[in-house]
Amino acid sequence: MMLYTSALELSAAIKDKTLSVADVVEEYLGRIENHGDQYNAFIYYNREKAMIRAKEVQARIDTGESLSPLAGVPIAIKDNISTAELETSCASKMLGGYTPVYNASVVDRLEQAGMIVIGKLNMDEFAMGGSSETGVYGAVRNPWDTDRVAGGSSGGSAAAVASLQVPLALGSDTGGSIRQPCSFCGVTGIKPTYGSVSRYGLIAYASSLDQIGPIAANIDDCAALLSVISGPDERDSTCVIEQPFEFGCNNAEDLSGVKIGIPRNYFGGGIDDGVKESVLSAAKELGEAGADIEEFEMPLIDYMVHAYYIIACAEASSNLSRYDGLKYGYRSHDAKTLSEVYRLSRSEGFGIEVKRRIMLGSFVLSSGYYDAYYKKALQARALIKDAYDRLFRKYDMILSPVAPTTAYKIGQNIDDPIKMYMGDIYTVSVNLAGLPAVALPCGFDPQGLPVGFQLIGDAFSEKKLVDAARVYQNRHTPCKIDQKGMNQK
Amino acid sequence: MNWEVVMGVEVHAELSTKSKIFCGCTTSFGGQPNTHVCPVCAGMPGVLPRLNKAVVEYAIKLGLTLDCEITRLCRFDRKNYFYPDLPKAYQVSQLYLPICRNGNIEITVGGEKKKIGIREIHMEEDAGKLTHDPQSGTHMDFNRCGVPLLEIVTEPDFRSGEEVLAYLEQLRETLLYLDICDCKMQEGSLRADVNISVRRPGEELGIRTEMKNLNSFKAIGRAIEYETGRQIKTLENGGHITQETRRWDDEKGESYSMRSKENAQDYRYFPEPDLLPIKIDDRWIEGIRSDLPELAHQKRERYMRDYALSEYETSVLTGHKSISDLFEDLSNQTGEPTESAHLITGVIMQLMNSTATLPEDLNIDSKKLSYLVSLVVAGKINRGAYKDAIEAVFTDDTDPEKYIADNGLMMVSDDRIVSETVDIVLADNADAVSDYHSGKDRAFGFLIGQVMKRMGGSGNPNIAREILRDRLG
Repeated sequence: MMLYTSALELSAAIKDKTLSVADVVEEYLGRIENHGDQYNAFIYYNREKAMIRAKEVQARIDTGESLSPLAGVPIAIKDNISTAELETSCASKMLGGYTPVYNASVVDRLEQAGMIVIGKLNMDEFAMGGSSETGVYGAVRNPWDTDRVAGGSSGGSAAAVASLQVPLALGSDTGGSIRQPCSFCGVTGIKPTYGSVSRYGLIAYASSLDQIGPIAANIDDCAALLSVISGPDERDSTCVIEQPFEFGCNNAEDLSGVKIGIPRNYFGGGIDDGVKESVLSAAKELGEAGADIEEFEMPLIDYMVHAYYIIACAEASSNLSRYDGLKYGYRSHDAKTLSEVYRLSRSEGFGIEVKRRIMLGSFVLSSGYYDAYYKKALQARALIKDAYDRLFRKYDMILSPVAPTTAYKIGQNIDDPIKMYMGDIYTVSVNLAGLPAVALPCGFDPQGLPVGFQLIGDAFSEKKLVDAARVYQNRHTPCKIDQKGMNQK
Repeated sequence: MNWEVVMGVEVHAELSTKSKIFCGCTTSFGGQPNTHVCPVCAGMPGVLPRLNKAVVEYAIKLGLTLDCEITRLCRFDRKNYFYPDLPKAYQVSQLYLPICRNGNIEITVGGEKKKIGIREIHMEEDAGKLTHDPQSGTHMDFNRCGVPLLEIVTEPDFRSGEEVLAYLEQLRETLLYLDICDCKMQEGSLRADVNISVRRPGEELGIRTEMKNLNSFKAIGRAIEYETGRQIKTLENGGHITQETRRWDDEKGESYSMRSKENAQDYRYFPEPDLLPIKIDDRWIEGIRSDLPELAHQKRERYMRDYALSEYETSVLTGHKSISDLFEDLSNQTGEPTESAHLITGVIMQLMNSTATLPEDLNIDSKKLSYLVSLVVAGKINRGAYKDAIEAVFTDDTDPEKYIADNGLMMVSDDRIVSETVDIVLADNADAVSDYHSGKDRAFGFLIGQVMKRMGGSGNPNIAREILRDRLG
């Protein structure tokens, strides 16, 4: 099968019968089977079910049913999104062998759109981490250097797309979990506005911050996938969007009239020179495309990571309480009493990072500490939201790095949580304010590792962001793909 | 020196909405274990709650009736604790912004009226149930998970057990008339916890204990008496009261400590991020206010005014919503409010007492009763037959038309048949006839009795009387 660089082109080829759905699914399953072990991006896939599903979709296409611009395209999804027929473990021993009894709303939408879910992707345990090392299935390996991390927590999603094991993937982003692995792996992703994609069936980490989003090789595929999964859902009352996103065609190569702000203080201390250069060159390129670029001082940056971890961990401590060893998932064999079932099952079933966050979250919600920590964090969150509101009165979007570094070595930072948490400095405020952001590759650092940048917009301004990202990607294609199915510089 | 008892009450009322608070599952009581569940109320990973708007409306109804302030922007909070009957390990409840606050309710004890402050009313979800089997162990049943509850919390305004019971009666009546809770304590749809402390009059509030597992009004009365006695005795013996939760054992007639304040759980409440805040505007509130049903005291006034019923009768008729519903159905169907009231306060009440039927379990076809009321008012059956037929309808849901026909209870108003019977009676009782003629009025009554007896109770006494008088000249 010839290589298609875009999921939209693949679907078009299926539609005009150049390719069959089965051919496409077979091709990708072959890649997973032949190359999958190198990257450890998949936790689970099911050849048989995927082929049956391919046949069903082909039949629907053959009867002339209009499905979607992504009909027939295989997709893999992060293992914290519930699938009624595929195990869903959140990369945790706690949910080993658990198969949900229902599909997440986004999975239903993928199926209605004629897409084929071929497997589940590796991640940090319960989406807690920035390196995809904390899961029970081991670290995801970066396709650009398999000794390095893929980023996280949606590392499996980014790595699977970057290594061409699947053309599209779903990830989830609570504090940067789509954008940062996209940046580390050289692929494109969107963290949608909070309330634009249903969270029903997304196994919650931090409910007020979590959002499912697309990962693909380019912005057009991401936008097409976001159109499929976005829209109101009566099963999620926080999903307040009125209509699914429609992006249409926009071949503009001009960004004149678009005002882009750049937070000057994001490029001070703590950022790698390679990242800084690449991101600033992207800004320059957007300027050359006609955008009006202006620097500004981002307020409150000292509070962002702190507020994020307090709020996220507080919600997580409650969300993860249901894993008590009684109903499903892991139960300690040594437990003899009810309190032992709770204590031992949770001690043995959760990994160290998850336990760290549950303890932190339980602490900040405890009587006597709620006001000192949790309430203050909510106040900081409100201030951050206000600051963004003011910025978007001035700018159409904000351009920033995604992470201060490129992909680091597996194991390098795993014992230094503070360092890991500070790696989220550029991403978490977007979640705290509920805003959309697209992450795009913009080049390589001196070690040859991909660098990404993000465009952050006001709530529900996805179309604006996607249009700008298109202009950028039309001018600048950082990755080529070779015939073996690997990204090359 | 005297002791003063100070009490506050927390009532949990299960709402009678069709579906649960956060999903579409039925709220009906019973059912095989785990058959009224879905992923949402079973708290499966990844599910989200969806608020049933009817729960908010029920809460506003009660709040308006109890003269509460309605919180215009209210919100749910999570109460976190581990227990096997709570599948998410948190209960969605309201701590920071409950839907109703600062209301009151009037009670009457010994003819004295008293206002009890309502501190707050909040919405929450019920937990499941655990059943313990000595052989197979403990089983979880999540059918009740997510059944909507209102928790109604009073100020510490009670000074006696009678006041507490009067409050509970008054609250139950209100909930029933609003038609938002079926108030069946035996099914757990109305549950009360009582906070009790004692003090010397004029002193600061004493340390309180909370009594749980109070499953009937009787148990509440007994538990209050026991706990008050225990606290006074402890204090008089120089001891001190520990702030704790105590469980009432109604069989043993005593309570024991469940947990003390030191061991009290930290519920780590925080705002529920999966639900949006609820905006309640004036229009919504006024819409609900204008649809509020007539309450018991309003009905009592109306019955006395429009039907000229006695105070006693009206209080019986409004003692329970099922009774006033029956009364109103019956009067509307028959156009005979007086007779309907007499029937219910008389025969029906006697039957309920003799069969120990609770008002909430009263299930009687008002159409069947109204058929009988119409017959007796029209003089087509006599009082005895009426009573028998009512009893048959009450006990066996008998078809009254068939019952009357089968037992030949329709009064014979046919002059010819009555005349023939009168003639036979006159012929057989010549002595009585001459007694009558010699001025003994009592003989007339005897003769009528004989006529009725011969006719097996089915003769129309008015017609018989007329014919007899005519024959006797």
